[in-house]
Amino acid sequence: MSAGVPAVSRSGRSTRPTSVVGAVLLLVLVALPFLVYEDVTSSLVSLFVLIVIASMWNLLAGFGGLVSVGQQAFIGVGAYTVVALADAGVPPYLGVLMAAVTAAALALPTSFLAFRLRGDYFAVGTWVIAEVYRLVLVKIDSLGGPSGRSLTGMNDVDATMRAAFTYWLALGVAVVSVATCFWLLRGRIGLALTAVRDDEVAARASGVDVTRAKRVMYLVSAAGCGAAGGVLVVDALSVQPNAIFSVQWSASMIFIVVIGGIGYLEGPIVGAIVYFLLQQVLADAGSWYLVLLGCVAILVATRLPRGLWGTVHDRWGLSLFPVDYRVTRAPAAEPCPAVRT
Amino acid sequence: MADALLRLEGLSKKFGQVVVADGLDLEVGPHEALGIVGPNGAGKSSLFAMTGGDLAPDAGRVVLDGRDVTRTSVHQRTRAGLGRTYQVPRPFGGMTTFATTLLAATEGAGARGDEALSLAHDALKRCGLAHLANTRGDALSLLQRKRLEVARALASRPRVLLLDEVAGGLTEPEVAELVELVRAVHADGVAVVWIEHVVHALLATVDRLACLAGGRLVADGDPEQVLRDPVVREIYLGQDPSEEGAA
Ligand SMILES: Nc1ncnc2c1ncn2[C@@H]1O[C@H](COP(=O)(O)OP(=O)(O)OP(=O)(O)O)[C@@H](O)[C@H]1O
Ligand SMILES: [Mg+2]
Repeated sequence: MSAGVPAVSRSGRSTRPTSVVGAVLLLVLVALPFLVYEDVTSSLVSLFVLIVIASMWNLLAGFGGLVSVGQQAFIGVGAYTVVALADAGVPPYLGVLMAAVTAAALALPTSFLAFRLRGDYFAVGTWVIAEVYRLVLVKIDSLGGPSGRSLTGMNDVDATMRAAFTYWLALGVAVVSVATCFWLLRGRIGLALTAVRDDEVAARASGVDVTRAKRVMYLVSAAGCGAAGGVLVVDALSVQPNAIFSVQWSASMIFIVVIGGIGYLEGPIVGAIVYFLLQQVLADAGSWYLVLLGCVAILVATRLPRGLWGTVHDRWGLSLFPVDYRVTRAPAAEPCPAVRT
Repeated sequence: MADALLRLEGLSKKFGQVVVADGLDLEVGPHEALGIVGPNGAGKSSLFAMTGGDLAPDAGRVVLDGRDVTRTSVHQRTRAGLGRTYQVPRPFGGMTTFATTLLAATEGAGARGDEALSLAHDALKRCGLAHLANTRGDALSLLQRKRLEVARALASRPRVLLLDEVAGGLTEPEVAELVELVRAVHADGVAVVWIEHVVHALLATVDRLACLAGGRLVADGDPEQVLRDPVVREIYLGQDPSEEGAA
């Protein structure tokens, strides 16, 4: 085929400086346990968890149009996987990896059930499924039943070292989660996912296997939430079923993604930082905290419907994770015919 | 026609009391260019929806290249060589036009690497969108969106191209451009089925014309003859359909 191939660039205007800043930031974050007090790093663990679960929800809802309020199912599965594996002698840090695998494995059959539902029914259905997961797990006596369990296998680790390891674990899971989303969206499947986000019918007509694309997102999202659940239990050293399977997790994910900007990889990160700061600042404000959170949500939803990052992106074209294809030069040669012969 | 590329057999579909297809039979040969006319609400777009797989018929079969695809999903029909446009364009708002055709080239045509890039670019170029390669779908005008519909369909390397009223709202020079494009695509060996109210655009392009009314083909054959058919003229309320300009 005598093809005229256009020159295509995948990196945005801002790629060079942002990747330098990003690398420096990452180095600082890795070195942080040596630089600051433990209470700083341990509070950052919850920020990293928020970034993970929000990124996963963004993948699901922002790209797949799958508005789930049941991702806590996989957070819980992940947490309990770490607990159960620790009983069997698997080190909890390794258990977190298995938590991701287990969550994805359970998400596969779950997807066949959940994908039968559409729109609102899907949202409610996923919530019900999460409740079913909780009800099944509290039936297992060895996992502590309704009152939960503590994590074994962490007693012989020095407390300071444990805090540092947990921090690095959370940071690692966050980096891998964001990188996975980036890698997914930059690859061939990324085009398909973006198309599904924008118009499912047209995506199908373009040849996209929409159900498969959605299933990939659902599995990846479950894996991320499973790892997040694992981090939570390693951090808290115990698991409590009502807390780990709480729908509050979904509320947080939705809040973060809507504030930060749905459908942008940067959105959940920005949203998670805002949410985390609000949490820190208003920790003592009691119920006023929720009132303020509500106000922020309403303000952003009405004033910046595309979220904080969406607004930045629209105004300055800034993109930390460029996934676009930019044609920089049209081919000089005569184009090939667009048909099979 | 034993070796029809696309064959619709006894397609029937009702929306409540509204009959959009009533035992409809249609064959399209591998190198044919077929035009379809018919009054508003006749079921023309529904016919494409059933052919493409967006709409399941109540009865009947869709056969593509000898294979029954009635129960086959939309994306598989696209991959099998069925390209279509939507009457109301469906651009990907957050994707550039190039990303749109690249998607169709990779997912629909199964092209990879440089082949996909050139296929994507070529489809844009043929539809006069090459200069808008980096423009997002939601920033396009209606005319550009219509062109993008055609470009996306072309990028999936169709064997049958289904066009649904792509000439509506175009100026005369634009219609001429479009006719030129469809003729070129047809000359490349692609079968074309074109639903259009702009009859003179059809006459310049197709070698066969069918008229759809009440869920049935009331006429089908040589374009000039079909337009002279009293039933067809009756449907167009006594006016001469060949003089119906840009709707
Ligand atoms: N999903 C649907 N549900 C109910 N009725 C529908 C649906 N889709 C189409 N119809 C009805 O079926 C009839 C045929 O619609 P269709 O869009 O196929 O007509 P058409 O021939 O393409 O008309 P036009 O020339 O206006 O595009 C119309 O009366 C329309 O209202
Ligand atoms: Mg129509």
